Amino acid sequence: MTQVNAIVLRAAGINCDVETQHALELSGAKAERIHINRVIENPEILDQFQIMVIPGGFSYGDDVAAGKILANQMVLHLSDRLNKFVEAGKLVLGICNGFQVLVKTGILGKVDSGAKQQITITNNDCGKFEDRWVYLEPSSKKCVFIEQGRRIYLPIAHGEGKVLFENNEVFEKVKADDRIAFRYVDENGDFGDFPINPNGSTDSIAALCDSTGRVMGLMPHPERFVRNTQHPHWTRLADKTRADGRTIFDNAVRYVQKNLL
Amino acid sequence: MAQWRFEVFNKAGSVDVGGRTVLADIKELGIDTVLDVQSARVFLIDGDFDEAFANKVGAELLADPVCENYHIGKTVPAAGLAKATIVEIHLKSGVTDPVAVSVMTAIEDMGQKCQTVRTARKYVVFGEITDKQLKKIVRRLSNDCIEVVVIGTDAEPPSPHLAPYQFNLKTLELLSLDEQQLVDLSKKMDLFLNAVEMKTIQDYFKSIGRNPTDIELEAIAQTWSEHCVHKTLKSSVDFEFDGKQFHFDNLIKETVFAATKQLNKDWCISVFKDNAGVIEFDDKDAVCFKVETHNHPSALDPYGGAATGIGGVLRDPMGTGLGAKPIANTDVFCFGEPDKSFDEIPRGVLHPKRIAKGVVAGVRDYGNRMGIPTVNGAIFFDDRYLGNPLVFCGNVGIMPKDKCFGKTSSGELIMVVGGRTGRDGIHGATFSSGAMTHEHETVFSHAVQIGNAITEKKTLDTLLQAREQGLYTAITDCGAGGLSSAVGEMGAELGADVELSKVPLKYAGLSYTEIWISEAQERMVIAVKPENLEKISAIFAGENVEATVIGTFTTDKKLTLKYQGQQVAQIDMDFLHDGLPKYSRKAKWSSKQFSEPAIEAKENYNDELVKLLSTYNIASKEWVIRQYDHEVQGGSVVKPLGGATNDGPNDAAVVQPKFDSDKGIAIGCGMNPLYGDIDPYWMAMSGIDEAIRNVVCVGARPDKIAILDNFCWADCKKEETLGSLVRAAQACFDGAVAFGTPFVSGKDSLNNNFICDDGTEIAIPATLLISAMGIVEDVKKCVTADLKAAGNMLFVVGLTRNELGGSHYYKTKKQLGANVPKVDLRTAKITAEKIHKAIDSSLVASCHDCSEGGLAVALAEMAFSGGLGIMADLKGLPKTDDCANLAAQLFSESCSRYIVEVRPEKFNDFAKMMLGVPFGQIGKVIDIKNLIIKDSTGKNIIDVEINELKQAWLKPLKW
Repeated sequence: MTQVNAIVLRAAGINCDVETQHALELSGAKAERIHINRVIENPEILDQFQIMVIPGGFSYGDDVAAGKILANQMVLHLSDRLNKFVEAGKLVLGICNGFQVLVKTGILGKVDSGAKQQITITNNDCGKFEDRWVYLEPSSKKCVFIEQGRRIYLPIAHGEGKVLFENNEVFEKVKADDRIAFRYVDENGDFGDFPINPNGSTDSIAALCDSTGRVMGLMPHPERFVRNTQHPHWTRLADKTRADGRTIFDNAVRYVQKNLL
Repeated sequence: MAQWRFEVFNKAGSVDVGGRTVLADIKELGIDTVLDVQSARVFLIDGDFDEAFANKVGAELLADPVCENYHIGKTVPAAGLAKATIVEIHLKSGVTDPVAVSVMTAIEDMGQKCQTVRTARKYVVFGEITDKQLKKIVRRLSNDCIEVVVIGTDAEPPSPHLAPYQFNLKTLELLSLDEQQLVDLSKKMDLFLNAVEMKTIQDYFKSIGRNPTDIELEAIAQTWSEHCVHKTLKSSVDFEFDGKQFHFDNLIKETVFAATKQLNKDWCISVFKDNAGVIEFDDKDAVCFKVETHNHPSALDPYGGAATGIGGVLRDPMGTGLGAKPIANTDVFCFGEPDKSFDEIPRGVLHPKRIAKGVVAGVRDYGNRMGIPTVNGAIFFDDRYLGNPLVFCGNVGIMPKDKCFGKTSSGELIMVVGGRTGRDGIHGATFSSGAMTHEHETVFSHAVQIGNAITEKKTLDTLLQAREQGLYTAITDCGAGGLSSAVGEMGAELGADVELSKVPLKYAGLSYTEIWISEAQERMVIAVKPENLEKISAIFAGENVEATVIGTFTTDKKLTLKYQGQQVAQIDMDFLHDGLPKYSRKAKWSSKQFSEPAIEAKENYNDELVKLLSTYNIASKEWVIRQYDHEVQGGSVVKPLGGATNDGPNDAAVVQPKFDSDKGIAIGCGMNPLYGDIDPYWMAMSGIDEAIRNVVCVGARPDKIAILDNFCWADCKKEETLGSLVRAAQACFDGAVAFGTPFVSGKDSLNNNFICDDGTEIAIPATLLISAMGIVEDVKKCVTADLKAAGNMLFVVGLTRNELGGSHYYKTKKQLGANVPKVDLRTAKITAEKIHKAIDSSLVASCHDCSEGGLAVALAEMAFSGGLGIMADLKGLPKTDDCANLAAQLFSESCSRYIVEVRPEKFNDFAKMMLGVPFGQIGKVIDIKNLIIKDSTGKNIIDVEINELKQAWLKPLKW
């Protein structure tokens, strides 16, 4: 078997599933969009996939808090299955709402096993939804989704993207464990306040991974920059290099080909 | 049953965004004694669980463990601090509460059931405030139509429990009434029917020998409402224009529709018949476009009104043919000027800034949740929109070409899919068919509709699956007019039999009539063959979408309604749909005699340009645009903002709807209400020219542009007002035919006048929005407005005339003028074609439409957007002889003009291509970051740093 199979999870209010499927397919995976209800009915379905993506959107309207209701559903119905999926060496990617879900399930939201959620994603400091492009500097050396050394440019579109830690100790542990995947920077790689760090996130964190480096959540949308004409001022650019968002999906597919097939 | 009250607060040290926003709102009201505001989310849950489980709900579901605390019961602010006032805002009983539904689902997931969940917002306001100030704050924070405010800690929120409905068939005495009594009855029931219509209904019931039931009268009133049938635009009109007489048998048919018919384009698939106009996209797919208004509801409840405006227009493509997939939203708003003091606002009207913020938030929250990019729009400020803000919401959808038509047959089941029916939106269609008054806020609060985007999103997801499998034969949306109009339309040729007690309800207590006429959101009606019922039901159930069979399409051509088996209505479909009496109206228009103001010439125009860029209508709308997700679905090619730092203006949006094809759709609009004050004909014509220009600027083919009309007018019973509409409609015909751009859909909203408590009337200016959708063959050839490189040449294509009438330049001088921009239709069309050819041949580095603010504003926008300067010389400007005045050359808003940046090596090809239309080199792009414009003697009349221009443009609407 050489086919990389990816599941793109759907749920009420998830709305980036189609373009996420497309991005995975551009990178060579076979991607299927499947509703969470089908997975809960028949969890074995997960066995056939090596990559799981929880795409962006407003799952269940982001009622109560962003990603909260879907996270609650996953914890109560699929907790063991998800752990097994990760333990089997497979990859999980959460984009925007999917990142919020991964944090709120605890998968990316804690540093001590068994503890309650210690990391969260909350309202942007600017107090409103923002759609804008940001530069991301890779940080983690172990996150398999990252192309080391390549600063990438992606759009964000969210109202709740501020990564927050319960206390400094939790933050230090995350840092020490090399779990900060991407940080917001300017085009020269320098840190800064709004709009460089668009939501006031702690330490400019845009993406986190787990201890294995195989589960990543990020607020920006890599699936929205897989073609050059998606760049916000592509008409000014002569450079027709690979669109930055592709790197995330390419790396995931390549990792699976190399390690799981 | 235990009642649990949870309050969720931010932990000390984490930012209370909600409280901070409210504090800013309070400051904006001019109250500076408030020191701080603390916000909390309140949940009231009735459920049979113990305290341990309640704590679990608080800790694991309601409060964020990192940044929030929860408290069970009521909290009281600690003593000793500044004076604290507690304000709690609850939803009125029966108002849709999406969060409550999600919380119930989550608690069920956690293994317990609960009976009801209600949510509220709580604010603790710290600081000394007077009762009067508190009232002002409450008015700002809450909406009377849908919310109840509880102040202090002792008062209780409203009970959620509504009494069940006791069936009681109401028959009304109609047959014996005289004319005055008929009119009184119409008024009493809020039917908005006039004497002739009431008489026609009386005659019908005489002919069948009985009095009507209440539901029959309501159903007819709704079907016949201006909102649903557009009786004014369809009426016969005797029109007097400058003393000459004209006659139309059917105004809209002989103007707007006639143009489309005459053009007879083979790429038009369905025009004016369905919920949206459909044109061919490529061999496999079609695209459709619809723009609606949601004006009256947005005046009462800006957030809910605008949200349901976008929610409603989305259901148009979803209900076109066999259902399209929405791919892009558009939004155009008209508001009063936002810097008004509260004393200048008439009673019963919300402050324009509050309306603007609420409307934007409503569109944002609904559109973003639906996952549809909002890609194009405009905002226009004028004080005549104070009482009647205009909210235009549009949507483009895509569908396979073989799914463009639906057909209902007898014996098929009537199925309602999506949201439940509630009391929201009762009388929305009839209410929006009358003028607004200061009392509307209280009288018509029930007309406000409440949206839940996720319900609509789920409905869309499942409907598309059912469509792919061919499991239904026809579909339409429950828009204005509710089930009455949806089922009525689908069964018009057949007849329909409906059991109203089967309709799923949000809560108890609705009468059979309320069920039928409710305009509750998120509902679609489909026709399903009985053999497909099981399959289609499984699709809906599989994603938790409610779908219920409520009746059958019949053969008797009657609309029969039952409640619990008992017949409550039976009306002939023919009467319902064709019984409306034909109207004849009088209209009159006399050309206005205005004069041009005498404005002194200036040494230089630096200040004038900076001032123009800072006017609300021209200033950047970035604050709005960034709140909309304009990139979801991954199809955006030309985004609403562009340029070197992604914050410059683009003329139109381009989306690429299919990943496997480089074909795209350009979406733009045109609207110039100020010109209508001088001449509605040229106002309409310039709107058409502008909409076409905008989409051509980015790369659309001028021979494949379809346009939409949205007429928003004041009281058309006035001959002058209708006269201006007739002139605009005539321009629509002339313009569409000349450009070869058919109208494919449209909508009108009349009676946009507000009657103040002292009887004075504020009528909106005649407002025609033209929306355009054009096909782009290859999105890789698209062009944007930002300057690309120093050394490139700049051309103006199209003639600048002495046309400052109705311009923004004159507006800054509080003048109107007389010389309204006119369109030379022959040249306009050729110019658009040549510009397109140049873009298609890759000769164009950037292209910008020259419109509001004229040449100087357009050059400034191109410069600061590209981060480059311009050295321009008016000697090269193609202009008419009477255009010697410098202000006219700089700021005239003459139509059909494009500014084009060309690389020197492409000059020859470009110049050859432009032969036959007026064009001239105006200057070149320079490295020095200034916009410099010289007059024909070589003197600098404008020389400003582009950054100063940009800041002037960015600042006004940075809220």
